[in-house]
Amino acid sequence: MTGAREEILARIRRATADLPATAVAVPRAYLRHAPGVDPEDRTAVLDLFAERLGEYGAAVHRTDAAAVAPTLASALPAGRAVVPRGFPAQWLADWSGTALADEPLLTREQLDAADAVVTTCAAAIADSGTLVLDAGPGQGRRAATLLPDLHLCVVRADQVVSAMPEAIGLLDPRRPLTWISGPSATADIEMIRVQGVHGPRRLTVLLVEDSDVSDA
Amino acid sequence: MSRTFVGWPAFPEAAAAATHDERLRANVTRATHTIRGKRARLVAERPDWEDLRDSAAALKDDVLAHLDSYLLQVEEQVTAAGGTVHWARDAAEANALVTALVQATGEQEIVKVKSMLTEEIGLDNALEAAGISARETDLAAAIVQLGDDLPSHVVVPALHRNRAEIREIFVREMGRHGRPAPDGLTDDPPQLAEAARLHLREKFLKARVAVSGANFLVAETGTVVVVESEGNGRMCLTLADTLISVVGIEKVVPTWRDLEVFLQLLARNATGERMSPYTTTFSGVTPGDGPQTFHLVLVDNGRTRALADEVGRQALRCIRCGACMNICPVYERTGGHAYGSVYPGPIGAILNPLLKGPDDPQTASLPYASSLCGACNEVCPVRIRFTDVLLELRHQVAEGDAAVKHPAEKAALRAIGAVMEHPAAWNAAVRAAGTAGPLVPKNRLPGPLGGWTDSRSVPEIPKESFRSWWKRTDGGTR
Ligand code: SF4
Repeated sequence: MTGAREEILARIRRATADLPATAVAVPRAYLRHAPGVDPEDRTAVLDLFAERLGEYGAAVHRTDAAAVAPTLASALPAGRAVVPRGFPAQWLADWSGTALADEPLLTREQLDAADAVVTTCAAAIADSGTLVLDAGPGQGRRAATLLPDLHLCVVRADQVVSAMPEAIGLLDPRRPLTWISGPSATADIEMIRVQGVHGPRRLTVLLVEDSDVSDA
Repeated sequence: MSRTFVGWPAFPEAAAAATHDERLRANVTRATHTIRGKRARLVAERPDWEDLRDSAAALKDDVLAHLDSYLLQVEEQVTAAGGTVHWARDAAEANALVTALVQATGEQEIVKVKSMLTEEIGLDNALEAAGISARETDLAAAIVQLGDDLPSHVVVPALHRNRAEIREIFVREMGRHGRPAPDGLTDDPPQLAEAARLHLREKFLKARVAVSGANFLVAETGTVVVVESEGNGRMCLTLADTLISVVGIEKVVPTWRDLEVFLQLLARNATGERMSPYTTTFSGVTPGDGPQTFHLVLVDNGRTRALADEVGRQALRCIRCGACMNICPVYERTGGHAYGSVYPGPIGAILNPLLKGPDDPQTASLPYASSLCGACNEVCPVRIRFTDVLLELRHQVAEGDAAVKHPAEKAALRAIGAVMEHPAAWNAAVRAAGTAGPLVPKNRLPGPLGGWTDSRSVPEIPKESFRSWWKRTDGGTR
């Protein structure tokens, strides 16, 4: 389709011939941080994150590094959960369910039949209550976090930034990213919010507050 | 063959019919007022809202001014990341391309993520003609498809339907296209959503080919951005082996960082949420994760025509948040179908004539489908000056073919007068626009038609509306 490509480019050049060749100056006076929150005040950032997630209907459990295993065990019903490579095994020590490794790759039907998936994340944003997964260690491929009906995500406090502009530079756009702000939802029927359509209907977040302790 | 807007009556005729449909009006009013309220609360919590709008408008202007080089950058980056880029001059070319790509996979049923562009070009019908069934997976889009209906809103295409109508459509149609609606389905929204989940889950698990649009296309990295709520988008973007994204050439943003502007504006303005539940971003193909074949189809279909219009080109900044239709007193009274396009409301009133030219009876009447109250100017996240563009387009219609212009102008003015005969809705829109200066012509006569008497000259724009001035000064006494 070289013809179409050349013609569209030529049309664009004709259409914009009256405009200067220089770049348009872009003002960037908007806030870098969440309104009303000092990004250095870690407690305020984490409180905001938990509050915003809660508003979406996500369950939030605040814990510390020593208590991840019992907290996870109480937050995740015993059942069959997909556990991606790189998810710390010790976090599952108190949980009595069955862990499903995605190796060899589970079929769609197997993923669909799993009760839950547990993951870590790449970053989190307090202001919008957002988790970002980049398919890195502990996060699994995208299908694995999509088909099971419950997604439990463990977030280290040092991964939580206050607002979007702080997060964007931490993320690698060449990786497939999933930005999750609450459980799947719709308002397509009379603008009434219904939680849970196609994606996981339940989202549970474990927020690990003493973040200097590594998750590895 | 499903319904299309081809052959749809022009705005005056369609609007007259729509305003007599009480149920339609009730549905549209309830939905638009609900979104408006949510949006207002979320916008109010951003002290830098106007700064975000300034940035977004400038970024889009930069893209439009240098669209050729940005598109070449997109092509280079997507190709480097393992995708294939195609270019389509018009709807027919885009449809033929996508049809051939699907045929090459041998699949007969594919899944789709809601995309206004594929509605604009009539892709579903083109695929159907080739024996391929494209199933819509967004709840509202599925309601429209199952009901053999047409979209009436860019964010919530089934906004004109209430729960009882949706239940009836599901019970009647789901079984004809796959898993039937559950027995005893009521019109409770959670039950209706569950019915959609069950109906579509089996399609997602089987699907090998998916078609999507995109909210943004990052030139710097070749990244496609899809924002959605339900997870149907993730299903399509992740589970299919072959993904075909059909994207308008104006969807580009320059750099990855620029998403911090658009992602903070979009959901707040569209649905009154801080972020939509799911945003997926990907660049080309990722080995071992998601579709291993990725096609990006870049579509012009009139966009370069709009780009050549010095006043009108700003309409291409649009990020399809729907806020202009939610605030519009004309849209509230007519619903979306009256505009005869997948782009209704204020953006439809300017974009359709810009894409197609103002010289057919349908598009010629659209610049008149407005009371020029200016409420849309105030809510648009990319600062489109609708009233400027509407006046310019009226001028173009007036300068154009007399055989088109006179009937269009006359009929449209009459229709809008009837639509707006209750000035209460009009007043509410002006109030909602706040004090930032809705366009109220100086010599406006009482009633919505007042501003039209001089609609071919650009009226003076006062700093605040007459009504808010009156209120602030107690009728001029303070
Ligand atoms: S024109 Fe502006 S307000 Fe209307 S849909 Fe587009 S971006 Fe939103």
